[in-house]
Amino acid sequence: MTKHKLQPDTWVDQYADYLFNYAVSRVSDTEIAKDLVQETFFAGLNSAKNYKGDAAERTWLVSILKRKVIDHYRKINSKKGKAEVRINYSSDTDAEGDWLEQQVADPYSKDGDNVLENEELGDALQDCISKLPQKQALVFSMKTIQGMSTEDVCNELGINPSNLWVMIHRARTALMGCLNENWF
Amino acid sequence: MKISCEEAQGICDKSQYKEASFWDIIKLRFHLFTCKVCKGYSKKNNELTSLCDRAGLTVLSEEDKEKMKRDLEKKNA
Repeated sequence: MTKHKLQPDTWVDQYADYLFNYAVSRVSDTEIAKDLVQETFFAGLNSAKNYKGDAAERTWLVSILKRKVIDHYRKINSKKGKAEVRINYSSDTDAEGDWLEQQVADPYSKDGDNVLENEELGDALQDCISKLPQKQALVFSMKTIQGMSTEDVCNELGINPSNLWVMIHRARTALMGCLNENWF
Repeated sequence: MKISCEEAQGICDKSQYKEASFWDIIKLRFHLFTCKVCKGYSKKNNELTSLCDRAGLTVLSEEDKEKMKRDLEKKNA
């Protein structure tokens, strides 16, 4: 098995978006997510000597980020934990219905499932995007995720619209194949 | 009225970003009536778009990335 090597110079370009999405879907706050990604890179740098090269670079960084997310929740919980435990039927006063029966989770609601599913979907999609050739991934994310106009993308990258559509077509075809294997 | 599969798929790609013209979409619809392959492609393509919407992906801005790079270099030095 080939040993992997760390290349911190390329971390931001290669993994920042992936890690950022991973963090955003778990802490639901872009500022906190940004900080967590930054901390992950720092921690990675500090413990680079402990990297054995068994896992791919990205897997290794994700495992650090996982710990950072857990730490984040511990931190905000310890602040909350100091407050007394108050038992009340309803925590927010202007919610309608004071009765306990009205507070139970709606068994027919699929919100929880959806949140979880979307989190995994985001990971799978991001994974597939990172397998694309770099230029295609860039064009696809500018167009689809950032929602930029064709003209702006062309100007920024110095390509013409038919180039752009060819790349979009290839990226979409590759993504469909990749998601077919990993998602459906 | 007749268009090739290549053209049809191109229009389909554009329509995912709402950039296909009205007349193009009519041509595409007509093509999809007769072509199973493109119909499959179009279906998958629409699914991909809705998945992308649902996943709610975001990207870091270039400034943020630059800042991260600078900080990382400082740390590394």
